[in-house]
Amino acid sequence: MTVPAASMNAMPRTEGDIAVEVRSICKNYAEVEALRLIDLDFPRGKLTTLLGPSGCGKTTLLKIIAGLIEPTSGEVRVNGKIITGPGPERAFVFQDFALMPWATVMRNVAFGLELKGMGKAERQSIARHYIAEVGLTGFEDKYPHELSGGMRQRVGLARAFAVNAEVLLLDEPFSAVDEQNRRKFQEDLLQLVEKERKTFIFVTHSIEEAVYVSDRIVLLSRRPSRVAQIIEPKIDRTASPDAIRRDQGYLDTVEEIWQGLKHYVD
Amino acid sequence: MTIYGYRVPMMASLLVWCLVWELVGQSGLMFLVPPLSNVLLAGIAMVQTGTWQSAALITLHSFVIGMALAVVVGITLGVLMGRFKAVDELFSIWVNIFVSAPLSALVPVLMILFGMGETTVVVTVFLFAVWIIVLDTRAGIQHVPNSLIEMGRCYGASPFALYGKIVLLAALPEILAGIRLGLVRGVKGVVIGQLLVAIIGYGELFELYSRSFDMENFWALTIILFAAAMLMSAAIEHIEKKVDYYAGVR
Repeated sequence: MTVPAASMNAMPRTEGDIAVEVRSICKNYAEVEALRLIDLDFPRGKLTTLLGPSGCGKTTLLKIIAGLIEPTSGEVRVNGKIITGPGPERAFVFQDFALMPWATVMRNVAFGLELKGMGKAERQSIARHYIAEVGLTGFEDKYPHELSGGMRQRVGLARAFAVNAEVLLLDEPFSAVDEQNRRKFQEDLLQLVEKERKTFIFVTHSIEEAVYVSDRIVLLSRRPSRVAQIIEPKIDRTASPDAIRRDQGYLDTVEEIWQGLKHYVD
Repeated sequence: MTIYGYRVPMMASLLVWCLVWELVGQSGLMFLVPPLSNVLLAGIAMVQTGTWQSAALITLHSFVIGMALAVVVGITLGVLMGRFKAVDELFSIWVNIFVSAPLSALVPVLMILFGMGETTVVVTVFLFAVWIIVLDTRAGIQHVPNSLIEMGRCYGASPFALYGKIVLLAALPEILAGIRLGLVRGVKGVVIGQLLVAIIGYGELFELYSRSFDMENFWALTIILFAAAMLMSAAIEHIEKKVDYYAGVR
């Protein structure tokens, strides 16, 4: 990590400052009970990961927080206000990128701003900044089909940053990206998390990925999904990416989570 | 295609059939088939006559109006059917009946409803073309990935922007395919309409030439019509190719 330790204090993080509150969320699909009474707090400025066995409803929970899916009961509050649908304070990064194939990288990244009615020059200068931020300078005029999977997701990430939402929701953002690109991307994400100082809610099924990028990990049980455990990895994030992957705390946490999840795997 | 290592150009099969036509024509076996060269000469003479030009204009006029209606109504109905289950259930039986029905049989009925004039021809073009456009648009809308729609909602798209900036564009490959197939059917519609009902435009010329066994002009007329239909279809196909890359990344 190139970010100096001093920058950690750039924004005071008061304990108990909660960006997103999930209260008694239940979700049923016909006869299937997907989520049962989920209560969670997402601290501001932290990266919290939702982790669990496949099909446990972690994406459903994320989409409920996004306002894309209605919960059967319960409520979600963002900055203390109950949400009724998607809102400008939340931005979403999609598993399959959800880029518009007919639009250039520039237009895709600026699309959230375009929908807000921002003028072309202004939104393009903001988009240009975030395109650089995710390392895609020089690709502004390319189309999604001309990019690799990893680069497409960088576009998706830049689009989410560009609207300057406080809460970023990432739905398995790296699952459609190949292994080597994924590692690089995870490292870049950590730097962006440090730099952008936003609240991240991250869904993944990879234990290593969760431990590597998260401040907090919420383990969900199998359907009907409940919060099984909350883990806060004690890892020195100022170390280099390679040092983190060899860190004893990192390895112990991965093992601990695996032991917790093992019995869900047939 | 290659034969004995030589690359055969794409239009070669067409040339072979043209040659066969010419030979059959020259042999004088069938009076229905005059030599192709005579047909082409007749065609060149024909397009310079006022009769042909006014007939072509009348035909084009009915065709363009009918097609424009079919495209607007077809896409609108297709989008509604693709997005709303109730609309889909209400209309799908009719669309599926009409897309495969022998519509020519309906034309005399249309004549009773819309009279002997151009209106009937326009309606015939519309009825021939619209159903396939509806079906293809509907399929295209249903193939729009859910995540693109969620993306629009997340980033605050109004319903208008959601359709105008995302849904219709995402369904464009299928919509274009529908319009291309609709065009070909529309050409059939305009000729059948003019032949069966209002003996005007191209239909009138077809009547005239086939009754008087003027085969050279008859075939010339047919070739022009086919060429026009194929050209239009090729033009749409060209646009379709430009949006082909959609499918992989949608």
